[in-house]
Amino acid sequence: MKYLFSISMLSFLLIFTACSGQQKSIDEKQTAEQPKQTEATSSDTKNITATDIPVYNFERFQKLLSSDSDTTFIINFWATWCKPCVEELPYFEAYHEKHKNEKVKVLLVSMDFPKQIEKKVVPFINNRNLQPEVIILDEPDPNSWIDKVDPEWSGAIPITIIFKQDKRGFFERSFESLEDVETTVAGVLSR
Amino acid sequence: MKKLIFAISLIALLVGGFMLGKNAATTDKAATAEMTNQKINESPAKADKNDAAKAVAVADLTGYKVGDKASDFSLKNVDGSMVSLAGMEDAKGYIITFTCNHCPYSVMYEDRLIALHNAYAPKGYPVVAINPNDPEVQAGDGFDEMVVRAKEKEFPFVYLFDDGQKVYPEYGATRTPHVFLLDKELTVQYIGAIDDNARAAEDVTTNYVVNAIKALESGAQPDPNFTKAIGCSIKAKKG
Repeated sequence: MKYLFSISMLSFLLIFTACSGQQKSIDEKQTAEQPKQTEATSSDTKNITATDIPVYNFERFQKLLSSDSDTTFIINFWATWCKPCVEELPYFEAYHEKHKNEKVKVLLVSMDFPKQIEKKVVPFINNRNLQPEVIILDEPDPNSWIDKVDPEWSGAIPITIIFKQDKRGFFERSFESLEDVETTVAGVLSR
Repeated sequence: MKKLIFAISLIALLVGGFMLGKNAATTDKAATAEMTNQKINESPAKADKNDAAKAVAVADLTGYKVGDKASDFSLKNVDGSMVSLAGMEDAKGYIITFTCNHCPYSVMYEDRLIALHNAYAPKGYPVVAINPNDPEVQAGDGFDEMVVRAKEKEFPFVYLFDDGQKVYPEYGATRTPHVFLLDKELTVQYIGAIDDNARAAEDVTTNYVVNAIKALESGAQPDPNFTKAIGCSIKAKKG
């Protein structure tokens, strides 16, 4: 009798342990899959092809680094293979989405090589439904042009340039949140 | 009576099972809600952390300049031995190269580093490769993975692990790959890229490191003695 009773108690115990164990593993799974989940929030997907992504040489690209217009430009250098770049991308996507009806332009300059466009960049954009414009910068001898982007730049990515007319900021670091992007943009514009 | 207790345990099991399922479902929802919140709510503390991180990054940039005397070190090689520059007899200089396993730019230069070492180690300029990344931040850059890669590629040079990340900030390395060419007296003679075309070795027009060594060999100063290149940021420990 007592024996059976303890069995039923034991089964209760087991269940609760199982429950809390389950909870933990789900939490961990969620954390690990977080970036994927964020990608999937938008229902419509992009369907671009390699020819939709413009490839710039530096001479042509340099013209995008300044403007007299009253638009705020956020130019982020990234690559599909760059982990910290991909990690901060959601904040630039969120910034783009939040300000899409304002004079704000988010431009994602990919350092992926042109031969990787089809294999890496296109699927990345389509799967993620990446909204901000993506261009490829293709120019050998980075030593000849890195300083022209900004003399402070060491050459490591990610970097972000924020400018509006003569107000300009250069950031060789990762952004950690949408608020971080907002605060930093506001900081540049109040200069 | 026995039957009753059996029935109770059965119910307990059933209820428990139901709760387990329900629990899982609510956890899913909670996790999704948390994610949404995380996207929207951001604590000001994070901004402070950013500033601190930025300050560190700027401080890191103030590493060695050409003409500075570099410090020796003692780092673990992929063969398990501890390696220091002082232990490399007959060296007339050192091609210190911060590089790693995971970075595509580092991978693109692996064969060129092997060729560089094979050509210049016999002349007294060995490649000394150092992985500066924190493996907890960058998967694939741990010591065991270094051992595997070194074996796969049959690296003829030492491949050292900057355990604790003390060496790379002192040198001022910011990316992989990032070369510091030292002379016999450990004076920094050249900082920068290996050559001017990461993507295609056959399209290289200027071999920066080779030219710098040739200059040293002929008693001249390398020109240029500082170049920049695109690379992967060094993955520092998250504080």
